[in-house]
Amino acid sequence: MDRLKGKVALISGGARGQGAAEARLFVQEGASVVIGDVLDAEAARTAAQINANRRAAAAVHLDVTRAADWRAAVDACGREFGGLDILVNNAGVFNTTGLEDTTEELWDTIVNINQKGVWLGMKFAVPAMRQRGGGSIINISSVAGLTGSTGSTAYHGTKGAVRLLTKAAAVQYGPEKIRVNSVHPGIIATQMIDIIPKEQRERFTSFVPLRREGTADDVARMVLFLASDDASYVTGAEFVVDGGLTAT
Amino acid sequence: MDRLKGKVALISGGARGQGAAEARLFVGEGARVVIGDVLDAETAKTADQINSKAGTRAAMAVHLDVTRAADWRAAVETCTREFGGLDILVNNAGIANSGGVEDTSEEEWDSVINVNQKGVWLGMKFAVPAMRKRGGGSIVNISSIYGIIGSGGSAAYHASKGAVRLLTKSAAVQYAGDKIRVNSVHPGVILTPMVEMASREQLQPVIDMAPMKRVAQPEEVGWCVVFLASDEASFVTGAELVVDGGYTAV
Ligand SMILES: NC(=O)c1ccc[n+]([C@@H]2O[C@H](COP(=O)([O-])OP(=O)(O)OC[C@H]3O[C@@H](n4cnc5c(N)ncnc54)[C@H](O)[C@@H]3O)[C@@H](O)[C@H]2O)c1
Ligand SMILES: NC(=O)c1ccc[n+]([C@@H]2O[C@H](COP(=O)([O-])OP(=O)(O)OC[C@H]3O[C@@H](n4cnc5c(N)ncnc54)[C@H](O)[C@@H]3O)[C@@H](O)[C@H]2O)c1
Repeated sequence: MDRLKGKVALISGGARGQGAAEARLFVQEGASVVIGDVLDAEAARTAAQINANRRAAAAVHLDVTRAADWRAAVDACGREFGGLDILVNNAGVFNTTGLEDTTEELWDTIVNINQKGVWLGMKFAVPAMRQRGGGSIINISSVAGLTGSTGSTAYHGTKGAVRLLTKAAAVQYGPEKIRVNSVHPGIIATQMIDIIPKEQRERFTSFVPLRREGTADDVARMVLFLASDDASYVTGAEFVVDGGLTAT
Repeated sequence: MDRLKGKVALISGGARGQGAAEARLFVGEGARVVIGDVLDAETAKTADQINSKAGTRAAMAVHLDVTRAADWRAAVETCTREFGGLDILVNNAGIANSGGVEDTSEEEWDSVINVNQKGVWLGMKFAVPAMRKRGGGSIVNISSIYGIIGSGGSAAYHASKGAVRLLTKSAAVQYAGDKIRVNSVHPGVILTPMVEMASREQLQPVIDMAPMKRVAQPEEVGWCVVFLASDEASFVTGAELVVDGGYTAV
């Protein structure tokens, strides 16, 4: 119940899906959370649901590609809850387009959100964490950052980038007690993968040793571990939550 | 001498350093090469030197800014027009940066990501249709050991090289059916103009940490690229070749 007691977290893309699951779980474990997303109404609703018991969540407008939005979101953590200890770089967009069919416009959109967004988040969160004497950053990559597939070219590129950006930041900020790790979810049942046809999802699932899709809560519990002091000697590391998919 | 006989290669960033070494080795093994770079004068000089040594017109220089789709289209067209097709692409152009997460500006971030990452994607995008016409091909993407491990700085460089590593695997899966192989190469510290900008004090600790205790010559990477480009590597795709004197093995 108290694994994050007294800590303040900022979660990007927290309006729904995995980010919302993490926000709920973090608050259950005693944290306060700022939820940043471009879906303002959904972010506000998610925060309001969490606040039904105690006021522990605030929603802010955050487009992760904009430095000014990140600055304001980190300011909100300080103003509302007194500081920042945990950053979950969770916002992301998915697409299945292959290498040649990808246009420059689509490429730029995906790279900006999934990759530049993660860097900007760390850039603005680190000074605030430094003031607290340390912190924990969790970057949501994907199994698509570990292995290839027949499409999703730009997505693979960005998730591979997040994996290494994580290790670079872990080396850089280790001496300041800021831990940085990446999480690599497999097939997780959220709105993101509604674009994949049902038969294809069933075929994917048949390759998963645990023979099921993951839930947002499956991932959230891993993120909770990395955010908490239980992971105090864990940094620069990668964690799959994929039912064994990449183990085969 | 004939490991690449009859093949046509396009090498980005081939004016100097590793790209120029690869162009020389490729021609020595019987290939013809188109060298693309933004350093037009140096590119022309490199091509001239190769041609006078070979005694035949086996190398051509083109202006190629890897961030521009139109330049890639023109470079691939040159391969076809001048040498009849395209079999090998070496995505070698790259720029380094030393800034960490906080002290990198958006401008610096964008330029490193555009050259090192978007440039690799664009190169593949325009090379694949030409390779398909030849019934297959080999793409070699130059990542870095900084695409495998972290360091105390170079945030954008790490991100871009990590992206190249996965772009490589994704393209390998996508084009295996077209007999186009795609692999990544991960050099350690290689003595080229990129590294010569660093001071001895910056380099020495890195050298000391590598089991072989020395830097490498560009040809030591070049031979690895020759192997991957050649039919000797006919069952090798989606793989990572580390050339680092053991640096990442410890
Ligand atoms: N669902 C999966 O199977 C799966 C697998 C591996 C990794 N992931 C990753 O998990 C993370 C969470 O995804 P999810 O499954 O919860 O999907 P989701 O689509 O439900 O959630 C993504 C959230 O990010 C937000 N977002 C998108 N662009 C944004 C921007 N520019 N600024 C701020 N927020 C933005 C969306 O509005 C949404 O709320 C993503 O990074 C995704 O790539 C998902
Ligand atoms: N030298 C090392 O220690 C080392 C280590 C690991 C990886 N690498 C990688 O090896 C590759 C070759 O680098 P190098 O060591 O020969 O360095 P280099 O600086 O000598 O060569 C890089 C070449 O890329 C060209 N280039 C830069 N921007 C370009 C653009 N927009 N369009 C076209 N060409 C462009 C440069 O003009 C130059 O000729 C790079 O991708 C680099 O990241 C180098």
